[in-house]
Amino acid sequence: MESTAHAFKDNVTTALHDANLQQALGKVRQGFIVKRREAADRLPEFEALRDQARDIKNHTLAHLDFYLEAYEKKVTEQGGQVHWAATAEEARDKIVDICRAADAKVVTKGKSMIAEEIALNAHLEEAGLDVVETDLGEYIIQLRHEPPSHIIAPAVHVTKKQVEADFRQYHADLPPERHLDEPWELVNEARQVLRQRYFQADVGITGANFLVAETGSSIIVTNEGNGDLTQILPKVHIVITSIEKVVPNLDDAMAILRVLARSATGQEFSTYTTLSTGPKRAEDLDGPEAYHVILLDNGRSGMLGGDFADMLRCIRCGACINHCPVYHAVGGHAYGWVYPGPMGSVLTPNLIGVEEAGHLPNASTFCGRCESVCPMRIPLPKMMRHWREREFERHLSPKAVRWGLSLWAFFARRPRLYGWATGMAMSLMAAVGRKNGFFERLPLAGGWTDHRAFPTPQGRTFRAQWAARQRQGEEPS
Amino acid sequence: MSASREHVLNAVRASIRQSGKPTLSPEQLTERLERPRPGLVPQRGQLDLAGRLDLFESWAKALSATLVRLDDLAHVPRAVADYLRQENLPAQVRLAPTPEIEGLDWQSQSLVEIARGRAQIDDTTSVTPAFAGIAETGTLMMLSGPQTPTTLNFVPENHIVVLKASQVVGSYEEALAHLRQVHGQGRMPRTVNYITGPSRTADIEQTIQLGAHGPRRLHILLVKDSADA
Repeated sequence: MESTAHAFKDNVTTALHDANLQQALGKVRQGFIVKRREAADRLPEFEALRDQARDIKNHTLAHLDFYLEAYEKKVTEQGGQVHWAATAEEARDKIVDICRAADAKVVTKGKSMIAEEIALNAHLEEAGLDVVETDLGEYIIQLRHEPPSHIIAPAVHVTKKQVEADFRQYHADLPPERHLDEPWELVNEARQVLRQRYFQADVGITGANFLVAETGSSIIVTNEGNGDLTQILPKVHIVITSIEKVVPNLDDAMAILRVLARSATGQEFSTYTTLSTGPKRAEDLDGPEAYHVILLDNGRSGMLGGDFADMLRCIRCGACINHCPVYHAVGGHAYGWVYPGPMGSVLTPNLIGVEEAGHLPNASTFCGRCESVCPMRIPLPKMMRHWREREFERHLSPKAVRWGLSLWAFFARRPRLYGWATGMAMSLMAAVGRKNGFFERLPLAGGWTDHRAFPTPQGRTFRAQWAARQRQGEEPS
Repeated sequence: MSASREHVLNAVRASIRQSGKPTLSPEQLTERLERPRPGLVPQRGQLDLAGRLDLFESWAKALSATLVRLDDLAHVPRAVADYLRQENLPAQVRLAPTPEIEGLDWQSQSLVEIARGRAQIDDTTSVTPAFAGIAETGTLMMLSGPQTPTTLNFVPENHIVVLKASQVVGSYEEALAHLRQVHGQGRMPRTVNYITGPSRTADIEQTIQLGAHGPRRLHILLVKDSADA
């Protein structure tokens, strides 16, 4: 998809003023966090399982070439085909070729973030194919011509009322007087409409959560069952995936799956976890006749071994997004590309360049919640800091930021002057703001005061108070 | 695409070399690959048979499946007919074409219309055998094969699964060990489905709705098949 990450600031302003979005985001702030906590608390071994998951991926990434070749060999042995793609373009072209060779007209799709990354739908439609998203959230945003706003809940920004309006518009052959007020009515209608499409499809495309070197299997995890209907009914199954998804053994995959659903939705296990290995066997009564895996690099090999290598452990659970105060405020579209939230702020500049996406690593308060809930223990704040340093070194930060930092650095190198200047500022603000207890407006701080009041300082700086307490021999509390 | 293959693999190798981290030898890696060892298995996945059956039942029910225990495989047709009546479902089922299910006395339930084979678009209920039940999360493990078409697990609105008590294991790893025994190390059926409860979605305002695309109802018949189960 076309990136608007460079326009992050404008995107944020739009998002903060979008009433529908703000209503929808209210649900994210509540549900996910409590459910993850409860699921983690139900499993005493959860923290140890996180360590194990991290170690499995680190081991795999350190020997990625070996495991990729082992995986490819197994896929081939079982009658499947692996197609390597260095770039998004190669991946798209290969998929179109496979669809053409199968004489395909209708293509069903399970949810895949890699497909979003390579803008697959637009490309398939250009090639004249009828592309049908089958995950309910993806189906809704396909109707709305929108990108996903969350990696596991693509339509989380859309309200029930909006879905009703979309269904009335696009399902025009259904009786207009029908009821669509309740979530179950909307789910049922999507079920009815999509059922026919599964059976019409010539090619089914899914992503993969894991690839298993031991057996050449690809694994998908869903709750709806759409991914399974997508891959067992058409005559061709294409898996679009990327090189860092491989793990050595089935046991490794199951070990990581133990932390995936619990971190993502707080479920004990997702409803459907499916292992696919090659095409249908000769005697099988159903299943695809052909099985293709597109193995995408698209910049990942370059991340290996560098400052951002830890990011390749990511299993796309969305926990960092669900717990991010910045995401809670602005939603996913503001990030301007496929991957939002903390994981997006680290990954996006790697994949499309820091020139385009340099704003994203700045969209963090460094509160650390993302790292504290990441099942793979990815040091997200540290990597956002790496990006900030690079942005600064390459003179990509805006003038105001550079000017502000230089000003701060000037004072920071002169501690006495710093103490004097901040002390003056605090006394002044305390004197002026004492009556109200807060400021509704402050010069140079409109970004804060436009949305909430700024509390009046007590009158002394933190450093002054600290020094005073030290002198009194009191333990700072 | 073999040029891309070399390109990607070379880039991966260059990055690994650059990281300067010690790596294991191909022999050590092959050993790890060919001799899979379970990692950390949670305590709750390590119970005795009675404990496993109770844990399986409680998770399956907590995750919106229904479950009844039967004393004998021969009681399955009756239990299926009862379930259809109780849920007010059409009196027709499609059976997995496996002797264990097909061979039961379906004549005894003369009102239920029987079909066999892979699922058709308007099938309402399927009856299929499980490969294993996994107690730690109330999960069913199903394998594809000539007698167990995968479409039966997803197309009909109602899915009835026959699970024998002796098939209920504690953990995912135990189920994998069993799979390797049956299919051979490194070999797989085309599809392995882990199923935990009926189909669901939370894509409309984060409210959970059952029956998104797969079955709305998952009904498990847990059959006693040995003295201690």
